Amino acid sequence: MTSKLNLNQTLVDQARASAAKVAADVQDFIDLHTTVTVERAVCRLLGIDGVNEVEVPLPNVLVDHLMDKGVLGAGASFYIGNAMLELGIDPQEIAERVSRGELDLTALPVHETAEIQKVMDEVAGKTTERIRENVNQRNQYLEEYGDKSGPLLYIIVATGNIYEDIIQAKAGAKQGADVIAVIRTTGQSLLDYVPYGATTEGFGGTYATQENFRLMREALDEVGREEKRYIRLCNYCSGLCMPEIAAMGALERLDVMLNDALYGILFRDINMQRTLIDQYFSRVINGFAGVIINTGEDNYLTTADAVEEAHTVLASQFLNEQFALKAGLPEEQQGLGHAFEISPDVENGFLYELAQAQMAREIFPNAPLKYMPPTKFMTGNIFRGHVQDALFNMVTVLTNQRIHLLGMMTEAIHTPFMSDRALAIENAQYIARTMKDLGDELVYKDGGIMQNRANEVLEKAAALLKEIEQKGMFATLEAGTFADIKRPKDGGKGLAGVVAKENVYFNPFIALMAPENRGKEAV
Amino acid sequence: MSSGLYDLHKKDFDKTLDLKKLRPYGDTMNDGKVQLSFTLPVKDDERGEEAARQIARAMGLEDVNIAFHNPLDKEYTMYVVYGSCSHTVDYTSIRVQTVESDTMSMEEVDAYIKENIGRKIVVVGASTGTDAHTVGIDAVMNRKGFAGHYGLERYEMIEALNMGSQVPNEAFVEKALELNADVLLVSQTVTQKDIHIQNLTELIELLEAENLRDRFVVCCGGARITHELAKELGYDAGFGAGKFAEDVASFAVTEMVKRGVK
Repeated sequence: MTSKLNLNQTLVDQARASAAKVAADVQDFIDLHTTVTVERAVCRLLGIDGVNEVEVPLPNVLVDHLMDKGVLGAGASFYIGNAMLELGIDPQEIAERVSRGELDLTALPVHETAEIQKVMDEVAGKTTERIRENVNQRNQYLEEYGDKSGPLLYIIVATGNIYEDIIQAKAGAKQGADVIAVIRTTGQSLLDYVPYGATTEGFGGTYATQENFRLMREALDEVGREEKRYIRLCNYCSGLCMPEIAAMGALERLDVMLNDALYGILFRDINMQRTLIDQYFSRVINGFAGVIINTGEDNYLTTADAVEEAHTVLASQFLNEQFALKAGLPEEQQGLGHAFEISPDVENGFLYELAQAQMAREIFPNAPLKYMPPTKFMTGNIFRGHVQDALFNMVTVLTNQRIHLLGMMTEAIHTPFMSDRALAIENAQYIARTMKDLGDELVYKDGGIMQNRANEVLEKAAALLKEIEQKGMFATLEAGTFADIKRPKDGGKGLAGVVAKENVYFNPFIALMAPENRGKEAV
Repeated sequence: MSSGLYDLHKKDFDKTLDLKKLRPYGDTMNDGKVQLSFTLPVKDDERGEEAARQIARAMGLEDVNIAFHNPLDKEYTMYVVYGSCSHTVDYTSIRVQTVESDTMSMEEVDAYIKENIGRKIVVVGASTGTDAHTVGIDAVMNRKGFAGHYGLERYEMIEALNMGSQVPNEAFVEKALELNADVLLVSQTVTQKDIHIQNLTELIELLEAENLRDRFVVCCGGARITHELAKELGYDAGFGAGKFAEDVASFAVTEMVKRGVK
């Protein structure tokens, strides 16, 4: 691709190298630690599911048991594997016995670590095989129906009731939506457990549970067969249970996951150590399962100014790219985020938006970029809102964004009505049709407003990444560089769930899910 | 039905503005014209269209015009409808009870604090009791704010602590004392069987029992909270839907100054 923006490639390379250095430093920290949700994700992947008589999920029961005994640093796999060897029962039975208070995992004789690893690899291998089958199933659908080129229209359902969500999702898919995201209920990101079963009550969204994932997947496959299109399912793999939700998504064939530790740190006040460790394992799982992750840079601009702080978006995209690569998640699954959030009052604001989107396209040519619609300057004036969304749709088409979150004219009023979504899809499809190849026809003026803007943003981003490289990731977050928000290294939620690994620690899924063990490429 | 650019309907109604009989305005005084759209869970056919017309009439619309109809799914159809509203209201008799403070912008609040209080003020907020929902308190307190209205964390002259959800009233008061708070914000979002009233009352009783009620400006908020209800329960103010951080902040700082807090 020739650069329409005449971007300074040396600066791009330099920024990428800085980000790689930052990610490597953080990875050194991550590798020494585990967390309660990482271990619960391991439990889930080993087949532990269900809740006890007071609705506590069994993965929590088992991990809390190990935490109480002060031995979680050895890893859940170690103790589950040991109990399997000693008692000849499966992980689910182990968890149930622990839950009934009949079994103390730390009181059993300890087997050879190599033996434990062997038995764990066998159990874990069955799960990775199931996930590989899910990837194959997705690929079969995509081969059979063909995959859409151009932007994937992404809509949100959020009724709180999974059965109502299914009605809305099916209607949306029939109207032309390609990705259905089930938004989570308010506050789920701060729960240190994943609720269980099908749910019908939520506020501003629906609980992410494995059963809800399964129900929606089934419904979208059904409508996909009718429409002869593969409808992708998206959920939120963020908050305090990142890897567990990634595990559930992998098991139920989700296709897209919001997945960004920086978002949790900044906007949910989740402890940075905790969530960066969680993010790593969640991205290992997402990478293996062929899931496209969506990163949350768009949110920066809801607090910080989109003109002044555009470079922090780009810097964060570079960082997210490197964090993803560290976890073995390829570029083709990196839905790096950005947004159309410049105030409608800014003169030439559209040109800046177009420059930013084109810049992201050129710097991350293989990434299925996620582009977010205006929210900050949506006022309740639905008529102007529909125009703002139309302008956003034009930038999407002109710069070939992949995951196109549809703007709703009723943004800032309510969760969308069925008709709001239909109008949004009509708007996007109209623009995608009438401007289909306009991007190819356009060149931008040498030294013009757009080229200058893009290079200025790039320069600032490269300088910022240089600074982060020197300061380190944690200190940068403490200084309030992103979204104007300061977060202390030892503050926020979830720090108590971070544990240093002991020598015997192992997680069988890290090796089993490594890129070389993956099935055919998904995306 | 007229479909041209010009409305050829005879306009034989009184075109004088009468505030005792206020009606919507389209392009002629008292024409009562309104536009609306809605979806009915039925097929897109003549019968559905008639259903939409009858719904509009039941809403008090006359001269109903189904300008557009479009199927959203097999059994769902969207309608765009115009009509003349037959109802009127007496504008002259309307009185509205609101929180009595002029809402300042974030910058104005910061300036007001600098000028009148001369130090950063401390605001502690939580969704208390059994309520697990933080949407209300987050909208007011978190930096991101809501609908483009920044939260209190972003205010230069406000130290804001959002304790999150399911905070017991005791823990809330303890934290307020520890931080030497000036303002307490309580959010109640989703409640059942009026448990929010019980919970809100309990906080005030707790403060009174500890002789702390006058030490803080105490406000509550939530979808089911009105200013009147809040006053009745012993709060200084209540904020319902459509109120933002700057409304809360403006009230709180004005109230502090009124009380002579330094």
